[in-house]
Amino acid sequence: MGAYVIRRTLAAILLLFVVSAITFAIFFLVPRLAGESSSQLAAQYVGRDPSPEALAAVKKNLGFDQPLYTQYWQFIHGIFAGRTFHYGPDASHCAVPCFGYSFKTHLPVWPQITQRLPVTLSLAFGAAVIWVFTGVTIGVISALKRGSIFDRLSMGIALAGVSLPIFFTALVSLSLFSYKWAIFPNLHYVPLTQDPVAWAKNLVLPWVTLAFLYSALYARLTRAGMLETMAEDYIRTARAKGLNERVVVVRHGLRAALTPIVTIFGLDLGLLLGGAVLTETAFSLPGVGQYAVQAINENDLPKIMAVTTLAAFFIVIANLLVDILYVVLDPRVRYS
Amino acid sequence: MSFLEVDDLHVTFSTEDGVVRAVDGLSFGLEQGRTLGIVGESGSGKSVTSLAVMGLHRSARVNINGRILLDGQELVGASPEAVRRLRGRRMAMIFQDPLTSLHPFYTVGRQIDEAYKVHHPKAGRHEARTRTVEMLRRVGIPQPDRRANDYPHQFSGGMRQRAMIAMALVNDPDLLIADEPTTALDVTVQAQILDLIRDLQQEFGSAVMIITHDLGVVAELADDVLVMYAGKSAETGPAESVFNRPQHPYTWGLLSSVPRMDRERQERLVPITGQPPSLIRVPEGCPFHPRCPYAKLNGTRSFDEVPKLRETGEPGHLVACHLEAEVRARVFREEVRPRL
Amino acid sequence: MPGSTKRVRRRTGGRRGKTAAIIAVAATGALVMTSCGSSGGSSTSSGAGPSGSSAKAEFNAGNKGIVNESDHAGGTVTYQLSSTPDSMDPGNTYYAFMWDFSRLYTRALTTFQPAPGQDGLKLVPDLASGLGAPSDGGRTWTYHIRPDLKYSDGTPITTADVKYAVERSNFAPEALSNGPTYFHQYLQDNTPAYQGPYKDKTGGLNSIETPDATTIVFHLNQPFADFDYLVSSPETAPVPQAKDNGSDYVKNVVASGSYMFASYQDGVGASLVKNPNWNPASDPIRKQYPDRINVQFNIAQTTVDNNLIAGNATMDLAGAGMAAATQATVLGNPQQKAHVDDAVSGALAYVAMSTNVAPLDNVHCRQAVEYAIDKQSVQTATGGPIRGEIASTILPTSVSGYTPYNAYPTTDNKGANSPDGLQKAKDQLAQCGHPDGFSTNLSARSDRPNEVAIAQAVQASLKQVGINVNIQQYPSGKYFTDNAGAPAFVHANDLGLMMMAWAPDWPTGYGFLEQILDGNAIKASGNSNLSELNDPNVNQMLAAAISNTDNAARTAAWGDIDKAAMQQAPLVPLLYRLDPLYRPDAATNVFVTPAYGMYDYLLVGTK
Repeated sequence: MGAYVIRRTLAAILLLFVVSAITFAIFFLVPRLAGESSSQLAAQYVGRDPSPEALAAVKKNLGFDQPLYTQYWQFIHGIFAGRTFHYGPDASHCAVPCFGYSFKTHLPVWPQITQRLPVTLSLAFGAAVIWVFTGVTIGVISALKRGSIFDRLSMGIALAGVSLPIFFTALVSLSLFSYKWAIFPNLHYVPLTQDPVAWAKNLVLPWVTLAFLYSALYARLTRAGMLETMAEDYIRTARAKGLNERVVVVRHGLRAALTPIVTIFGLDLGLLLGGAVLTETAFSLPGVGQYAVQAINENDLPKIMAVTTLAAFFIVIANLLVDILYVVLDPRVRYS
Repeated sequence: MSFLEVDDLHVTFSTEDGVVRAVDGLSFGLEQGRTLGIVGESGSGKSVTSLAVMGLHRSARVNINGRILLDGQELVGASPEAVRRLRGRRMAMIFQDPLTSLHPFYTVGRQIDEAYKVHHPKAGRHEARTRTVEMLRRVGIPQPDRRANDYPHQFSGGMRQRAMIAMALVNDPDLLIADEPTTALDVTVQAQILDLIRDLQQEFGSAVMIITHDLGVVAELADDVLVMYAGKSAETGPAESVFNRPQHPYTWGLLSSVPRMDRERQERLVPITGQPPSLIRVPEGCPFHPRCPYAKLNGTRSFDEVPKLRETGEPGHLVACHLEAEVRARVFREEVRPRL
Repeated sequence: MPGSTKRVRRRTGGRRGKTAAIIAVAATGALVMTSCGSSGGSSTSSGAGPSGSSAKAEFNAGNKGIVNESDHAGGTVTYQLSSTPDSMDPGNTYYAFMWDFSRLYTRALTTFQPAPGQDGLKLVPDLASGLGAPSDGGRTWTYHIRPDLKYSDGTPITTADVKYAVERSNFAPEALSNGPTYFHQYLQDNTPAYQGPYKDKTGGLNSIETPDATTIVFHLNQPFADFDYLVSSPETAPVPQAKDNGSDYVKNVVASGSYMFASYQDGVGASLVKNPNWNPASDPIRKQYPDRINVQFNIAQTTVDNNLIAGNATMDLAGAGMAAATQATVLGNPQQKAHVDDAVSGALAYVAMSTNVAPLDNVHCRQAVEYAIDKQSVQTATGGPIRGEIASTILPTSVSGYTPYNAYPTTDNKGANSPDGLQKAKDQLAQCGHPDGFSTNLSARSDRPNEVAIAQAVQASLKQVGINVNIQQYPSGKYFTDNAGAPAFVHANDLGLMMMAWAPDWPTGYGFLEQILDGNAIKASGNSNLSELNDPNVNQMLAAAISNTDNAARTAAWGDIDKAAMQQAPLVPLLYRLDPLYRPDAATNVFVTPAYGMYDYLLVGTK
């Protein structure tokens, strides 16, 4: 098992390097292949109407005049050792981990992302708790009462949930609960550390909206998984032992049905941590997703690249955790 | 009254195509310390019967009528909770495929512990595990205290079935139902498992019901035999009597199709012609008549009238066949026996 | 203009569909323009009553007077913004709303009088005690700042700080690259060229002198009578050199206005509180009404709108109008519509016609286009009368020198969709030798759906007279550097027609016209004179007006230049852009200033 974890971890680290190399290539190599000169490339990193000096500074700082592998090495080296950019009045130090430096705002990108990470974490984990609980519960009940009114109704709502885009449900929930009935008026993010009650109150609507989509997905997944496992021979064995039905459903049925859900949950959560773009934008939450949108609007490539790398990082980590968790969950993996 | 008394049992399933009469008026009895072998092709209703006894039919589309008495207690129509309390304690069951019947995510020991603890709520973890290890030892698993912590996939096929048997017997049940207990196992292992069941039955003195399509298994274990066809009893009686003097053409067919090492290949197997009947539209008259080579020997009776179980002249040996006893005896003597 | 390669543009907000304006600059000439009241910012309000200083809360009330005029102090005023500003550093911003808002915490030498209607176009001294004193034929400008001014940290404000602020904002693009660089362009440079205060620690720009702590003298490289407008930019707001750390100064701006930063978080927002060291006696225009002013960035536009309606926010900082969805709801509800002011943004949307792409190099072909475009359909395409008033002149209604006239009238402005327009267009086509029409290309910015919609309306009306238009879309990021603003590209790709939107950095005729009409302003890249109009008469008239120190004559000249240019038909004016702004009940002292084309933020309080 230890060997398995080590092997997986090494693979994840390797994958991170591959991802970073691909990201790097998309931002630095592809434009070159498309015929952009280093000046044109550099022009995308500074504000509008850059002066030739500013362009030259960016070119030099990002090493556009150097071979690509050197540039990549500097990028990777910066993550572990920091970088210093000679741009502006004083040399700007981009501290470890240096995931980039915005020449438009004259700020290293990483501190801005870490500043926004708590928002995204709050949103993602809060919503996750809700959707896992409601989704799985509804899915289990639907599977057990297959064909009942509850099953049909909840699966109908779930179909709506997975079909409706989040920006629509977000706007509807905002206009109803924030404006029309003013149950959650004037939503704005309050840090957990500052006021936990206000934190939760302001996040309820985003949580529920985001969780609605995922609950629907998870209800459908759980239902399908439960229908499959509840038909397994070992469920019949469990009943033959005289276990009561709740134990049969939860300890034997759900336990087995949950394994693939845990896998998907890990990936979904990893994806969300890279920025719940639509939800954060719709609810004006200053998280990583909103930062990404802002960066794209401003065409601020270092920010976009950092968010991309971060999102990839979360997904790789989530994958790794799921792989490891799988060992815990499924003994058949552990011993093979 | 027998320890297990099944009387005029009907099990039907409503499907979109119609009502499936899986078990149709079955009656039999089983005493403690005895072994009943129920044989028949797939779809003859033998597994449905065993699940009905265990109360494991859960679909809303199942309809069970008739009587099932376990030590005098009526199971048909009893509250699910009452039947649940009996399951695993007074009656236990082992299944065909031990790999899929054991939960892949829990250790073998834990699954047996659970079976024990559910009926011994006051038992602590330690007591349950002691019992589990003892049972594993009893079913012949080496180093049972260590192997209890293994997962099912770490066991061999035979070991798994031994574990299943241990699980079934952990509460010392009065009735053990074994549904095709050896079908999924290697031939060499099959014999070991059968030996084990026989030994344990003698030791525990419980009633055993073996469900199988393999007459060899029945011959090995059973005191009594029940041959089922289309949800009905075709022939029943003491094993010795049924095997040596089978009365029903269907039983003859089953016996003829048993592989024997001492015969030439071409004459080895004489399959029963035709397909098992649809249980939605069971043939009129004797359900076996479309496949019965002797159906026409007594006019149209087999086509019109459902045969009832009747005495064969041997104690406890009943058969549901319209053929006259002399005709059956002649056919058996002249045509069937030489093939067996 | 040595050293200045920067093309400057005023940006009017970050929202899509909003015209970004642009412009370069400026003029010599006078400062006064109060004589053009008839053509001012409130001209769009239909059925407007007489202007008053205080107004009842009704539709467009804020265009005419001050709504909820009150000296009530206290409370929190909340500004929300759907994007982020380029910077809150007064020396590093080019957004009109930041120029408006930054006046709360900084004081430039001059500013626009906080008053509704045409009075809002009047320049008043702010940090300075009076408007500039020109000498040397308008080449030298002298200001005196008010005595005993202090920063929020209690240290004294001197003219050296004003000089430093101009140097850092105009000569250090490596650190502060967002703002315009007019001072770099018009001030005499050092020899060798001045490298800015961060690189050149030895001394400053020689052409700004500070003989004492309250006097500052600017030496220009040419006469420039609009200099008082130039110094109304937040770039002249004092910055203490000791506290400046370049691009990081935004994190701890030292205030000279009536409010100061309590907190600032990049990309998230800021909070302002009363500046205890601000002296009301030194400041005739500022007050300290609210206790606190919060600014929140990145709030979805519909959320901003709904917060204004619900009273959770006081102002939409961008001042660029509501989201389409909210706009429709609000205008459909009479009660809510009473809270809307349809503000003249100061921008003109137009189609530029290349004088160098055949057959539009023929003036008759251009005039055919003038007659053929159905401006009503254009207005509809952009969102109806609420979003734009049909234009016939180059100068928008809120710019000094605006003279109403229409060189190419058609019935109801319906162009080729009216019988007379169709006939006139065909006559012109016949005269230019293409009686059956011709084919050409029309460029538009692909990421501006509104502009593309207008282009499609233009395309439809030109089809009526046989002019087949292919719409070519380019990303806005390179529209001026590589496409429409690069004449070689325009010629090579037959861009006969180009969509364009333009707004002045301040509302004078010269500022608006020079970059888009002067043949001397044509550039190989980053060109704004998209038509490449190089008419000796127009060039001469612009030059003459610049050097005319007679205010009234100069103001009149802008209108004449407008007319003279339109004879050459270099562009088709389409719409004077309007932005419907929502004015919450709780907001006090609310009015639209024509200087910025949005609410004046200086005095906004809460009930």
